[in-house]
Amino acid sequence: MKRPFTLHIGAILLSLTALGTTPAHAALNVLACTPEWASLTQELAGDKAKVNSATTAMQDPHRIEARPALLAQARRADLLVCTGAELEIGWLPLLQRESGNAKIQAGQPGYFEAAAFVRLIEKPAVLDRALGDIHAAGNPHFVLDPRNLLKVADALTKRLADIDPANAAHYAARHQDFSTRMSAAIARWEKEAAPLRGVPVVVHHKNWSYLAEWLGLKTVADLEPKPGVDPSAAYLGQLLNKLKTQPAKMVLRAAYQSPKASEWISERAGMKAVLLPYTVGGTDKARDLFSLFDDTLARLKAGAQ
Amino acid sequence: MPRLKPLAATLAALLVTPFPALANPELEKLRTEFEQKLKAVQENYETRLKEIEGRMAKTEGQARAAQTTADAATRAPATASAFNPEISLILQGRYHNAKGDGHITGFLPAGHEHGGGKGLSLDGTELTMGASIDPYFRGFANFVIDAEGKIETEEAWAQTTALDHGFTLKGGRYLSGIGYANERHPHAWDFANQNLPYAAMLGEHYIQDGLQLRWLAPTPMFLQFGAEIGQGVDWSNKNRPGSYALTAHVGDDVGTSHSWRAGLSYLRTKADHRESHWDDDAGDEAHTDFTGLSKYWIADFVWKWAPQGNPKYQNFKFQAEYLRRNENGDLHCDDGLCGGGIEDSYAAKQSGWYAQGVYQFMPRWRAGYRYDRLDVGTVNFGPAFTGVLSKPDFTPQRHTLMADYNPSEFSRFRLQLARDKGQQGLTDNQVTLQYIHSLGPHGAHKF
Repeated sequence: MKRPFTLHIGAILLSLTALGTTPAHAALNVLACTPEWASLTQELAGDKAKVNSATTAMQDPHRIEARPALLAQARRADLLVCTGAELEIGWLPLLQRESGNAKIQAGQPGYFEAAAFVRLIEKPAVLDRALGDIHAAGNPHFVLDPRNLLKVADALTKRLADIDPANAAHYAARHQDFSTRMSAAIARWEKEAAPLRGVPVVVHHKNWSYLAEWLGLKTVADLEPKPGVDPSAAYLGQLLNKLKTQPAKMVLRAAYQSPKASEWISERAGMKAVLLPYTVGGTDKARDLFSLFDDTLARLKAGAQ
Repeated sequence: MPRLKPLAATLAALLVTPFPALANPELEKLRTEFEQKLKAVQENYETRLKEIEGRMAKTEGQARAAQTTADAATRAPATASAFNPEISLILQGRYHNAKGDGHITGFLPAGHEHGGGKGLSLDGTELTMGASIDPYFRGFANFVIDAEGKIETEEAWAQTTALDHGFTLKGGRYLSGIGYANERHPHAWDFANQNLPYAAMLGEHYIQDGLQLRWLAPTPMFLQFGAEIGQGVDWSNKNRPGSYALTAHVGDDVGTSHSWRAGLSYLRTKADHRESHWDDDAGDEAHTDFTGLSKYWIADFVWKWAPQGNPKYQNFKFQAEYLRRNENGDLHCDDGLCGGGIEDSYAAKQSGWYAQGVYQFMPRWRAGYRYDRLDVGTVNFGPAFTGVLSKPDFTPQRHTLMADYNPSEFSRFRLQLARDKGQQGLTDNQVTLQYIHSLGPHGAHKF
């Protein structure tokens, strides 16, 4: 029984190795950890890259498993584009280690960490798990300040050119176009969002901090007693009392977060529960990085009325 | 700033225009002088303005790049301690109420066991450390400190990170990649104890001292092959590594809510005085010692569901494995009816399976059920064992229910109820209360 089995395995291995040798001129195979980086890479690379996202906007990026399908994608990736700042710490290191792909290991050009190119806020002064699920490097949800997208785009364009020098001019041209469009859009969004300045809001998790900072929203409370810790009924009760003296206009949650807590408190505190896409694909309208902010602002303005 | 230029021009024009009608030569001279001076001032002013404008444009262009660099610089936590390995400590303990002592009738258990006493007891405290060694290797170790303070090295290996082409090579002591449950440490089990087939035939885990080569195929579907060569821990003391294993696993997603993995593994290992026990024909425990060949086939299947692939609020996990073991060799026994010692041939073909489902029905809460069943199969004792050791006419099985509460992803409290019919003549209703706490940067668990 032993010999035929080993032979059989050997034959499969050989045939698969042959299958695995890809043609030299194939498009770059990019695996993005989250949908926003998939969109950004697609903007910059166009048809020169085949981009997949490891997660969707309906999935909490902290709680993903290194599923077999993701391992298979990581195995074939030329470039991994991730957030960093420990957002993907629960699954990404495993994906890198088990992939057997030397290109995408930490420290290699094939591993791009967006957090390295932006200024992170809310860096904890004390690192203690008693404070909840905190990130030592700072708050990793920086995608919702579009000015950060410009910085990440600058760096990602350089990285694409490093990995694929033959198409450097293509990436530079697309980058120029993206930056121009994004800068114009930012100016427009800032003007449109002027009435939101100073509007008091409650947030589900600290994933809205950058958006609030950018638009001048005033965060008066978090639904989570500590980052990553689900609110208990008792805690929500306390929060309700606090909101009586310090009212807020709306409570914000991402598409991947349960509506229960925000609906409960919005009914009782007389404010609106607002679902925001958080990232590309979070709502039907948020189809790319531009419509992501268009829809976010539209929903915020509707909530503030 | 550019608005200043027309302003200056207007101002100059205003100053100059009131005077043209005057013909006084002195005034004319004064005027020319004034105009010349004004022109000089204007020129000087324009040059400086241009200079400033140029400088500003340059600065603006550099600003974003400078900001990015500055951000990157402030972000780096460049302390020497950042190089330290990720250390994590797992604290476990339990209250266990049972009649039996965990014997499984009709099987020679193999090797390594975690045990677990009755009443209140401390389970193994696990200490793990892992880090990149250099750009080419990663190292990891897992030590289990039992309640008596004895330290056991459960894993200590280095694995390549730079082999590329889908290959990873691991060397040292590691949990063999056979089956599904084998690579999981007790703190990651979904029940308080290991399933019956593993407990009866693999001694909870098969730990290998040796090398493991894995290859992940460059296919859209997960396809992984593994080959291991080594020596089973607690199995053999010989110079020649007598164990090899081959594994093949496939897996994929189905839509965004489902994912699965299935596998087939083969393990061939040589036992050299593998110690165990068997209930003799008088019902007393005889010490046994097996030397020979053990061959295993393991089929495993895992299926996970989470609504839209987001396991945070709700998820379900189904897991099942089938194990088959053929053993052939010599058995030595002493104590009980074996008296001072009997030795003869021993051959057995045995199997077992389990299936379990664990459902997280709301955040923090999970409930699960597991069914275990063993087939004693054919057991042939050599003639010297006649009237001493014989194959029991019995089918070990067990039902287990569990519920656990997880205040966070780092702590867990579990209640487990089991009806254990693994030992002939005993229906053991067991109650187990358990806690598992994990301290430090606990690494990700495998799928």
